Amino acid sequence: MDIPYNIDERPDTGMYNAKLGVWLFLASEVMLFGGLFSAYVFLRMGDVTNSFAAGPAELNIPLATLNTLVLITSSVTMVMSWVSLKMQDFKKFKYYLSSTLFLAALFLVIKYFEYSAKFQHGIFPSTNTYFAIYFTLTGLHMLHIIGGMAVLFYFLFPGSRLWLKAPEHFTNRIEIAGLYWHFVDLVWIFLFPILYLL
Amino acid sequence: MDNLKIRRGNDAAAAVKKHVRTYITVFAALAVLTVVTVAASYLGLSSGEAFFLALTIASIKGTLVAGFFMHLFTEKTAIIAILGITVFLFMIVLFFPFLAAVDQALS
Repeated sequence: MDIPYNIDERPDTGMYNAKLGVWLFLASEVMLFGGLFSAYVFLRMGDVTNSFAAGPAELNIPLATLNTLVLITSSVTMVMSWVSLKMQDFKKFKYYLSSTLFLAALFLVIKYFEYSAKFQHGIFPSTNTYFAIYFTLTGLHMLHIIGGMAVLFYFLFPGSRLWLKAPEHFTNRIEIAGLYWHFVDLVWIFLFPILYLL
Repeated sequence: MDNLKIRRGNDAAAAVKKHVRTYITVFAALAVLTVVTVAASYLGLSSGEAFFLALTIASIKGTLVAGFFMHLFTEKTAIIAILGITVFLFMIVLFFPFLAAVDQALS
């Protein structure tokens, strides 16, 4: 049985089904992080111990800046992998998607060093409300990175066989995987200043 | 992302080159704005000013990512409508802490 509107646009929505599905999923993700951003504001407003003023001084801003640049670069390689498929250049697609995966792994390695340094200095989520929300937000964001990497890995290796029998369908899959990846980048763009710089 | 259709010959190459140039320009803008955000945090601004500046820069960066990489600037009405409702609900969620602050100030 063929599932309709995998490639063709659905007349009432004007897009293929998976794209609408991913945008609805991203809308739910906005609300998930929105709730946590709201919690951040609540905790900051009620911060009688001044942990939010002192917390960022314990963090490594150069490493976090580097991580921001790594994630932004991964967004470019992700969109370039989609452009490569549009140009029917499968070799370049593999190159750009591999680069995205490498940059995602680099982000996690840098985060590992950051977390390790905190733990070595006896800083944990239970230390104060600032670090509770810091570890919650960055931890949840890291889980999103790991989830995204699993999807990208699938499309780089076993899932890429679809390119041979249905190239447009495969291109659409990369497009929506890219939408998710850019969203993860977008969340970090807001997390970086509120957790590290303010 | 429907603005980049598969085309043939010189037309295709020109269209893709234009898109790639846009992506590289946006990347450069994002990198510069990241450095500006960090530099601004060392300016010794007051808490309110620092918040305003940092969130303004983050919003510009977010708009660039959503508009160009996610192609929201040229996306279908259905998606814009979904995101419009989401942004409205997101604002309500962010408004709750300020209601609490007003309540605290009045009591």
